[in-house]
Amino acid sequence: MSWLTEYVRPKIRTLLGRREVPENLWIQCPACQQMMFHAELEKSRKICTHCGHHMRASVPERLKWTFDEGAFTRIELPKVPADPLKFRDTKRYTDRLKEHRDKSHLDDAIAVAHGTIGGHRAVVAVMAFEFIGGSMGAAVGEGIVAAAKLAVLQDAPLIVFTASGGARMQEGAISLMQMPRTVIATRLVKEKGLPYIVVLTDPTTGGVTASFTMLGDIQIAEPGAEIGFAGARVIEQTVREKLPEGFQRSEYLLAHGILDMVTKRDELPATLARLISLLRIRMKEAA
Amino acid sequence: MRHFLDFEKPIAELESKIEELRKMSEADGINIAEEVGKLTEKADRQLRATYAKLTPWQKTQVARHPDRPKAKLYVANLITDFTPLAGDRAFADDAAVIGGLGRFRGRSVVVLGTEKGTDTETRVAHNFGMARPEGYRKARRLIELAGRFGLPVLTFVDTSGAFPGIEAEARGQAEAIARSIEACLEAPVPVIATIIGEGGSGGAIALAAGDAVLMLEHAIYSVISPEGCAAILWKDAAQAPVAAEALKLTAEDLKRLKLIDAVIAEPLGGAHREPDAAVAAVGDAVAAALAPLLALDGATLRMKRREKFLEMGRDALI
Repeated sequence: MSWLTEYVRPKIRTLLGRREVPENLWIQCPACQQMMFHAELEKSRKICTHCGHHMRASVPERLKWTFDEGAFTRIELPKVPADPLKFRDTKRYTDRLKEHRDKSHLDDAIAVAHGTIGGHRAVVAVMAFEFIGGSMGAAVGEGIVAAAKLAVLQDAPLIVFTASGGARMQEGAISLMQMPRTVIATRLVKEKGLPYIVVLTDPTTGGVTASFTMLGDIQIAEPGAEIGFAGARVIEQTVREKLPEGFQRSEYLLAHGILDMVTKRDELPATLARLISLLRIRMKEAA
Repeated sequence: MRHFLDFEKPIAELESKIEELRKMSEADGINIAEEVGKLTEKADRQLRATYAKLTPWQKTQVARHPDRPKAKLYVANLITDFTPLAGDRAFADDAAVIGGLGRFRGRSVVVLGTEKGTDTETRVAHNFGMARPEGYRKARRLIELAGRFGLPVLTFVDTSGAFPGIEAEARGQAEAIARSIEACLEAPVPVIATIIGEGGSGGAIALAAGDAVLMLEHAIYSVISPEGCAAILWKDAAQAPVAAEALKLTAEDLKRLKLIDAVIAEPLGGAHREPDAAVAAVGDAVAAALAPLLALDGATLRMKRREKFLEMGRDALI
């Protein structure tokens, strides 16, 4: 933190008002360090126009990009007991939650919406990495269950965009129990013969990966996403070996048979639409 | 040679004094029965007092005690005609997960356990109870086998977690765990899981998504190890005792949160002091949990199991 970032930036923000993205903002690609004008980046769906790196996206962006004409209806998610363990580390969990709620305008690390993709009705759940690392506690688990129930109710496929650092430690074993709970959610969808499609985005790790994420009928990842169960650092410390190039990245998982495909963000809606059509419309008039 | 934990030092001292006196009396023929009796009583009181109010961090150490009965002892003492079955049919047999067919009180069952080993050689052989994808795939295969033949599944969970390794990731550790959880949840037969030592995160729930989840009194069950949690949230692994407290990982906590179904009392001073008694207590608790489930058909079992997990945490107000 320099004088510049601490002092000058807040002042500029005040001048510009509370706009989230000032129009004159240049954004640096975290992969190739090139600068891009933010409007250009918005058009490219946060894919770096220089190196193709897929930057992390917010929940509203995901929903807008995924549904036809960016039109969708968000559903309200069931409330869950807040801070059941009265957890406190260097901060109170309730304070941490409030901070993230104020900052993100989300209740927790998940949002659920329905609309159409390529004309097909679909339910989409999106995880928010920006909300306590996309960690899974009762709220995320309840969100996945609610999304599954909505898909069944609407006779629609369920599509989940994952992004998570793993379990919500502040909820202890309650967060662990979200693994079986979300697995049950996937069963509810599959039993009705509805497609369950998972789109893995950067990063997807820990208990989220080892539950509903890995049970998709179809598993798609965005390019270069970090995907795994154990953290890279933990593995390095355990096996005392250098990790291979590209370890735990989408392309590595694809090569190891864990994913169906790696799909660029701008091709994703068309891919989802085609998959839904192929899985659900058994016969179509020849063109 | 008994291993004593740090907080057991006063008890250890008393017990060694008793032992010394006994040896002396044998050698010199001096009658010191009264003295020994008094000391034994004192040691007993101390042990009772210590174990009546173990902190979560102390319980973590008891749960990891090197002499604590391991999964294999439960199988040896509770299961007759045990017939181990090996392999995931795809890549390997993972010795961290033991499993097979056998009889529990006369009834044919499928048994699964995560085995930590009891000495250096067996610990290495069982990879310290940390399973690789093959272990979870073997578990899934055996649970499905149980379903086909209508056999209850009994699991004995004792693991610090799934093995964090390069190969384990390359072969789909996350998928293997997810499928094993799914197999537990989908089984058309009773699934009874007992956390006998450490219930470490995803590696434990992979074998513990059952109709009845039992926990030994001093076992722990947690989403992350206290050390790991402290390193991340406190940025200091030395804060593990504080993290252990905050995580609510004891059997008592989990029962109160309604995340497990029953707590099994341990012999005084922990399961490691009287392994056979601890194993027998688990046997009785498993039998009690199994009995009412035997009357239910597969669809009902699955439905009730789902309802149980879906309700978890919804009214957790502690």
